[in-house]
Parts: sequence; structure tokens; C-alpha cells
Amino acid sequence: MAKEPQIQNNDPETTGHEWDGIQEFNNPLPRWWVWVFYLTIVWGIWYSVAYPAWPGIKEATAGYMGWSTRANVAEEIAAAEAANAGINEKLASVELTAIQGDDELQGYATSAGAAVFKTWCAQCHGSGAAGAKGYPNLQDDAWLWGGTMEDIHTTVTHGIRNEEDPDARYSEMPAFGEILEKEEIGQVVNYVMTLSGQEPRDAEAATAGEQVFLDNCAACHMDDGTGDRAQGAPNLTDAIWLYGGDYDTVHDTVTYSRFGVMPPWNQRLSEAEIRAVTTYVHQLGGGE
Amino acid sequence: MANESNKKPAMPASATGVGDRPKKKTFLDRHQILERNVTLLAVLSLIVVSIGGIVQIAPLFWLENTIEDVEGMRPYTPLEMAGRNIYIREGCYVCHSQMIRPMRDEVERYGHYSLAAESQYDHPFQWGSKRTGPDLARVGGRYSDEWHVDHLRDPQSVVPESVMPKYGYLEDRLIEGEHIGDVLATNAFVGVPYSEEMIENAQADFAAQIDPYGDFDGLVERYGENVNVRNFDGAAGISEADALIAYLQMLGTLVDFSTFTPVASR
Repeated sequence: MAKEPQIQNNDPETTGHEWDGIQEFNNPLPRWWVWVFYLTIVWGIWYSVAYPAWPGIKEATAGYMGWSTRANVAEEIAAAEAANAGINEKLASVELTAIQGDDELQGYATSAGAAVFKTWCAQCHGSGAAGAKGYPNLQDDAWLWGGTMEDIHTTVTHGIRNEEDPDARYSEMPAFGEILEKEEIGQVVNYVMTLSGQEPRDAEAATAGEQVFLDNCAACHMDDGTGDRAQGAPNLTDAIWLYGGDYDTVHDTVTYSRFGVMPPWNQRLSEAEIRAVTTYVHQLGGGE
Repeated sequence: MANESNKKPAMPASATGVGDRPKKKTFLDRHQILERNVTLLAVLSLIVVSIGGIVQIAPLFWLENTIEDVEGMRPYTPLEMAGRNIYIREGCYVCHSQMIRPMRDEVERYGHYSLAAESQYDHPFQWGSKRTGPDLARVGGRYSDEWHVDHLRDPQSVVPESVMPKYGYLEDRLIEGEHIGDVLATNAFVGVPYSEEMIENAQADFAAQIDPYGDFDGLVERYGENVNVRNFDGAAGISEADALIAYLQMLGTLVDFSTFTPVASR
């Protein structure tokens, strides 16, 4: 049973229509709501005058506040640079080896270098600098091109085997697959395994491989296989491998050679940033 | 149920919606015409929304400062275009943006903020809307080709914390670019300045970019000095990985920022 509409005397008027016995009071909007509504209109007009808004023929109105995202970011970066300008200048100008003697510089360079490392270096060398197959571990004592501050600084600045920087560190191991006989490659691979104390696959071949090594590899890797940093020739006796030290991987390396590339960072980073990341890498554990 | 109260009562004489308020009709009272005519309301709403859209979108087509005048932007080479199509096909844009916003953190991490000019030849643009992986707007030249090969084959081999899937199969899929001329022609149709010559030589240019020992003079002549000519994946043949890496290594490297002065009022 539908109820009769119960309208009290002091109720507001209804809108006059009814749906299935439901009637609607015609309440005025609350005052606060109306005022907020008007306020948003006023604010909208102010906003369009204060900020870039209205399109014209050639460009949009700039707004009297002069707000600009690009100017803001330029200002913010300039402020951050200005805050570090003094110490960055000092970092870029002192002797490389003097950085570690100065506690303030060393502390600053290590933290700034960690930020640079995580932004630019971690993708290859890992966020913890432990490297990956083909990308050197920077935590250990094994260095291809040297681990002193100067060596690391040169490597970071110019990179390795890249095309962009003529001063990049450069060396290229020949692909011995085109030079040696298959048998000789097998022999030298077996011999290289013995250098780092591994059990060769074929002890007889390993013995024969010594002569192959001396004839073909010793010029760069040295007679005893300890490598030559001037040419980026790795030490083969330390059981630390960039690509792997098992028979198959070494066989691949000898046959096809390897050609790892590192970009030059002087085109992307400032001298202070390069020195910061050099300091960071140097203090990771392997610095000389 | 059927009884008197179910009947609609007759509307009061003044049933304009304000009951029988004894008031003069004001301008705002006419609003009730809208409230009572749903079709009229829909039509007028559409007009209001359209005005908002037109004010926001239309000026971009005529304002002179929408796209900056920059040095170095060029249409993508056929190989880069093929790589771009693979990028879109594989849905890279779902996790990677190509839009460095003008904020200090982004500029310091990724490089100079993106300019409208840098995506002027993108159909469709690849700005993306979400970053599961990093922004790629300036990934070009940041890593070696070998890194890209390793990373596409097994992202976790170089970035253990990555959640990116493996794309090693791209290396095994050889492509010949037999339709790349059509792709260029289609882009020319929507306004990318590919010349007749570029479209005609598309397949030859496609192959030339992969061979640093071959004849790539025509390619460089047509597209400019800032074309990378390398065997990107280091393996024989032109694979999809070659095309994708060629595209990635180009990203963000075209504009010559030494000749660019940003106008602050944008």
C-alpha cells in the first residue's frame, strides 16, 4: 500500500512532480556550495590570466606570473650546481691522487660518485659493481687496464674500444680461428687452463699448447700468462674470468676473440663527475 | 496495488519545476528547460565539452612555438623505421616511456628534457604513460651494441634486478625489408618528409646501414652524417635485433643541443 505523501506545513515546496508516490522537495542549494561554485569561476578566470592559457595567433598568453616549467627546471638545476660549485671545482682541479688525502673531498666524491655510478654505470657493471659476463667486476683486484686513480680516470673519461673517442683505450685480440689450426687452438686452450691451475681437458695437448702460446699469445699475455695492462691483455693465471674459464668458453674466446666496448664519458659527464665516480670505483675494494 | 494513489496527480498549473513559488522568472530559472529535456542537455553538453577540447588541442596546429626549430632532426632511416615497428609490435611502450619531463630528477638521470621536435616524425608517438623500465628517449649511444644484444637476449644477465622479458628470438628472425618502402611511403603520406628518392631506395638503404664495409654513401647522403652504420648485433644477416638496436642507438641523439637554446616561455 502506497502511503499518502506526508508533507508538513513547514516543509519547503515540492518541485511539483511525482513518480510512484515519490515527491521531490525543491530545496535551494546550500549557501556554502553556491559560494564555492562562484569562487571556482573567479579562480578559473584569475588562473587563465596568471598562467599560460589562452592561445593566440602565434603563441599562447604567457600569464603575468611568468611561470615556465623549463625555466623552473633550469633554475632548480642551476641552484643545485651552485650549491656544489665550490667543491666540484676543487674536485676537478686538485691532483687525482690528492682526493683521497682530503677527507671532505673523499667523502663528497664517494657519495656523488655512487650516484653517478648508479645512473650511468650500473647497467653494465651491476648496481653493486660486481659486473656480469663480459662486463668487468670492479670490486676485485683484477684490472684489465689498471686500477690506480689515474688508470680508472682515463678509462672512464675515454672509454674502451669505442668509435666516438680517438683517445679511447684500444686493443684487439685477433680471432685465432682464422690464424691457427683447429688442433693448435685445442692445445692452447688446454694450456691456458693449466695457467690458472685448472685441470686441462687433455694434458698432452696442454703440454703441446705451451709452444703455441709462446708463439701467438705471449706478446700480449706475457710468457707466463700474467697479461699486460698497457694493452688491456688480461692476466690468465688468476682464475678471474671476464667471459668464463671453462674449456668451451676459452675455446670461443680464442677462436672468435672478444671485443668489449665501453663508452667515453667525457661527452656526458663533467670532469668533477668523472673524478667522483673514479673515486667511488677506486674505494670499492680493488683500488691500487 | 492498483488504487488511487498510483495515479499521477495533476500537475500544478505553475509546474515549471519550482513548485508554485510566486517569483519572477529569472535567467537561471530557464536552466530548468535543460533539466527537463535530456536530448537538449546532451547536445549542449557535447558543445561545451567540444569547446574545451578545441581550446586545448586546436591551437597546437597553428601556434608557431608548438614545435621548436632545431638542428639535426631527420626522418628515421629504413632500418631504424623497421626497428621502430618492432618496438611497437613487441609493446615496448607499455613499460618504457620516451618522454623526459622537465624536472630536475629526470633531466639529471636521463638527459635534456624531450622536445616536441624530437617526436615530430613519430606516427604514433611513443611517449608512453608508465615506466616499469627506464625512459628510453635518450638511450642512444648510452650503451654498446654488445650490451644491447646481451640485454635483449637475457636482461637479467646484465641487470639482475630487471623484470624485463627475454627477446633473444629477435636475433634469429632475419628480415629483408621488402615492405619498408611502403612503410616510408605511408609515413610520407601523413607528413614525414621522405623524398621520392628515399622511398625508392628504401630497401637498399635498409641493407646498407648494416654493413660498414659496404657502400653506404647513398644512405648518408639521403639521411645525413648522424646515421650509425654498423653490424649492430654482430652476427651475419639483418635480424630484427639489428633493426631494433639501430633504432635504440639513434633515440635522442639527433638534435644538436649545441645549437639549441630553449625558450623559457613554453
